[in-house]
Amino acid sequence: MSFLPFAVAAWLFVIGLYGIVSSNNLVRTIISLTVVQSSTYLVLLGVGYVSGGKGAIFADITQVSKAVDPVVQVLVLTDIVIEATVTGLLLALAVQAHKRFGSLDPHDLRALRD
Amino acid sequence: MSRRARLALFALAGGGLAAVLVIGFTGLPDFGAYHGVYGRIIDGIGVTLRHGTDLITLLNFDVRAFDTLGEEFILFASVLGIVLILRQLRGERQEPHKEEAEEHSFARASAALRTLALGLVPAIVAIGVYIVVHGQITPGGGFQGGVILAAAPLGAFLAGRYLSMKAIAPHLLIEWGDAIGAAGYALLGLSGLVFAGIFLRNYIPLGTPGHLLSGGQLDVASVFVGLEVSGAFLVAWTQFLDQAMLVRGGQQ
Amino acid sequence: MHIAALPVFIPLLAAAMLVAFRHWAPRVLNDAVATGVGAAVVVLCALLLAHTAHGRPFAYWMGGWRPSHSVAIGISLSIDPIGAGLATYMAVLVTAALIYSWRYFDAVDGLYHALMLVFLAAMAGFSLTGDLFNLAVFFELMGAVAYALTAYKIEEKGPIQGGINFAISNSVGAYAIFTGIALLYARTGALNMAQIGATLGHHHADPLVLVAMSLLFIGFLTKAAAVPVHFWLADAHAVAPAPVSVLFSGVMVELGIYAVARLYWTIFAGPLGPHVEELRAILIAFGTLTALWGAVMCFSQRHLKRLLAFSTISHVGMFVCGIGLLSAKGLAGVAVYVIGHGFTKAALFMLSGVLLHRFRTIDEFDLHGKGRELPWAVVLFAVGGLLLSAIPVATLFFGKSLLDGAALDGGYPWLPAIFVISSMFTGGAVLRVSGRLLGWGPSQPADERQAAAAREEEAEEEAPREYTPPLMLLVPAVLLLGAIVIGLIPGAVPGIEIAAGHFHDHTAYINWVLHGHVHFAPASTSHVEGFDYAYAGGATLGAIALAALGLFGRPLKRHLPHLLLQPVVVAVGGLRELHSGHIGDYIAWWTAGAAALGGASLIFLR
Repeated sequence: MSFLPFAVAAWLFVIGLYGIVSSNNLVRTIISLTVVQSSTYLVLLGVGYVSGGKGAIFADITQVSKAVDPVVQVLVLTDIVIEATVTGLLLALAVQAHKRFGSLDPHDLRALRD
Repeated sequence: MSRRARLALFALAGGGLAAVLVIGFTGLPDFGAYHGVYGRIIDGIGVTLRHGTDLITLLNFDVRAFDTLGEEFILFASVLGIVLILRQLRGERQEPHKEEAEEHSFARASAALRTLALGLVPAIVAIGVYIVVHGQITPGGGFQGGVILAAAPLGAFLAGRYLSMKAIAPHLLIEWGDAIGAAGYALLGLSGLVFAGIFLRNYIPLGTPGHLLSGGQLDVASVFVGLEVSGAFLVAWTQFLDQAMLVRGGQQ
Repeated sequence: MHIAALPVFIPLLAAAMLVAFRHWAPRVLNDAVATGVGAAVVVLCALLLAHTAHGRPFAYWMGGWRPSHSVAIGISLSIDPIGAGLATYMAVLVTAALIYSWRYFDAVDGLYHALMLVFLAAMAGFSLTGDLFNLAVFFELMGAVAYALTAYKIEEKGPIQGGINFAISNSVGAYAIFTGIALLYARTGALNMAQIGATLGHHHADPLVLVAMSLLFIGFLTKAAAVPVHFWLADAHAVAPAPVSVLFSGVMVELGIYAVARLYWTIFAGPLGPHVEELRAILIAFGTLTALWGAVMCFSQRHLKRLLAFSTISHVGMFVCGIGLLSAKGLAGVAVYVIGHGFTKAALFMLSGVLLHRFRTIDEFDLHGKGRELPWAVVLFAVGGLLLSAIPVATLFFGKSLLDGAALDGGYPWLPAIFVISSMFTGGAVLRVSGRLLGWGPSQPADERQAAAAREEEAEEEAPREYTPPLMLLVPAVLLLGAIVIGLIPGAVPGIEIAAGHFHDHTAYINWVLHGHVHFAPASTSHVEGFDYAYAGGATLGAIALAALGLFGRPLKRHLPHLLLQPVVVAVGGLRELHSGHIGDYIAWWTAGAAALGGASLIFLR
């Protein structure tokens, strides 16, 4: 049990990459990218978790030893903002890709073949 | 590469990477058995030194406020990028036709949905403002509240009134919210240098823990961030919705 | 130093203001504000450099959160001469690119300027910060801006695809970095690099530390574009507007290398101390592969900006080797080389911008003979080619001689030969183009690959321009002059060597960041050896010979035995085939690179 969250994180990282590699639609590629990122949430939050601990909000709890690590939560907040913005940017690019190439299949994006 | 070759390469590489990750993760402390020193210190100083009870907000807008500066500008720059990438080119329709946009109500809303959605708008605004200004006490703050605030005009959109949504949140206003919020946060950091001698150092009275006006700069930062986040998200959403109008317009 | 954080704050503030007023501000105001801020950041960073030189680095704790009982709480800017120097160099290039942009774009609004300023701030923060997570934040900030700028010309296909490939590849790299940070945080409970280094101490590296290192390195090497995580680079650099490509090739890529060096000497030098030899071998393997791969790909291009992009990859290979030697001398060589290379490459990208601006194509064969209309551009282009071949005694030459020395000291006597090959091919390709511009060699290509991508899509409708603004030639000329003389400034190269010596002092870094005690082991300087001239002269002559071969060598092909020629053709063709533009391919290779680095670390460094 104690390793399970991290095993899931490793699984998400690799399966997200698989999603990108096997994708035939840019929207799926972008969603797969967010799957990879979910792995980082899980590792970060899992690392700072304290058994039985509450969120580090001292408005209603006072005993310090019962709080989970607030630092990783802040890091995850940053991570989430990054996900939202990168996804937005990529979707905007996908909209334009559909206009220019008439397709969302990465296979049909052939402007840069060497 | 052919699809087959690509997947074969990945089967090999992905297996290797999975093994590497798992081997690395086995070195982690057991789930729930964490004893890091950083978090402990923050637990200890939050209420005593800064009179803020939500330590996440404390870290976000004070101890690690410099990260948040970068984070805020990631949002700011991405939204600029979206505006840049979705800008209209010569030959593309400039504005959605008025009647078309009203008729083309994305959600063909029933009267019930319409009333409910419009009725929700003020409630969402109230919750959003509450979350923004209470970030230093309870869970919340500028990022969380800002997103909620940005959702308010979407109520009008759900009601099938895209142009009303644009009337509630005119483009110039939301872009200003975005820019002023970002500039305000940077200025707050700079004012720390002016009034307290160090960037981002708190110089605002700390107040009583648990009260609305407490935590020093946490509240001020929250308001600026809330402004920026709500503006940024609305700018991004409007860009995408305009784009959807363009595409539809183009097809006819 | 009260000004420590101004290089980050001022551009961000200015960018927000430019956006607030973007519907009213005239072009000239945007240009003035952006360029003015760029120049101000140059001055600020130069002040930081002057302050920290002579062994006076310092940590600036944001928000006044100083370490308590030697435990870092807040975020520090840990500023040493290498970081401050990198920031200064970066700001100079940004300012040059902004000046060049005055005339390069016909129509451009405040968005472009705002994005460039955010880019400037992100790179400044990246160079100066002492906090690992903060480094990742600025990495992402750089990324967000760079993706958008890559796709600036949305009316064309290439930029859209380039932007997508760039954004996805680099985001995957960033997630590897986040995972690495989480691992180190779990082990040490710290995010400040000095603190992490101090907590890890000299304990033997276990699998967690090795995997964390691999993930962080592969993430930053993605930005730096080392083979096989480099594929995005050629796509992105080839399609971005010229002034943006200048920054991509000149600074952004090098920042990835800088991060690897910084992480190694602050965090991993302690735990990996017993395995220096093996880590050196791993990094040099990556570097050598990158240098050769880039060199071959560079020479086989006809799309001018793509050619320059692959030349950057080849040089990245040299940088990875230089850092990978894990010595102060190697690091110093990379630092000197980065400056010379960056100024040269920036000038070359600007000159290809000049050609695109004038003729609406940057296809080598389309441009056959066109250079006679723009003789100065051709002269500058050829000078750039000679500089890339590390001709004595320009800045690049001094960097290379340090790298050669470091390779010999580190037990890699064959490495200088790799450097020579890289210099020959990248310099030779540029010289070949210069010759073609003058109308030398055949005007028809042997094959039609890449031709369409090199032309502006509206090229048929719009006639070539009759006029090139002199400013667009003046800026690259000044940069090339810089690439020649900076290494000749008395004290510059030895100064960098001493700074690199301090940079690689693991214990000293921890002490000056966490405790404020500045004490370095004495650093040494070295001299240019006789054989360096031989190597460099040979590389330059080789580059000229290769250029001649590329221009006039086609008749020779008939006399070469088929058996000799065919394998080369097939191999190069296969290599080019791998650059398919398909993001799925790129991520499959990325995974392979990450698995290779992680696997090699786990096997050889335990």
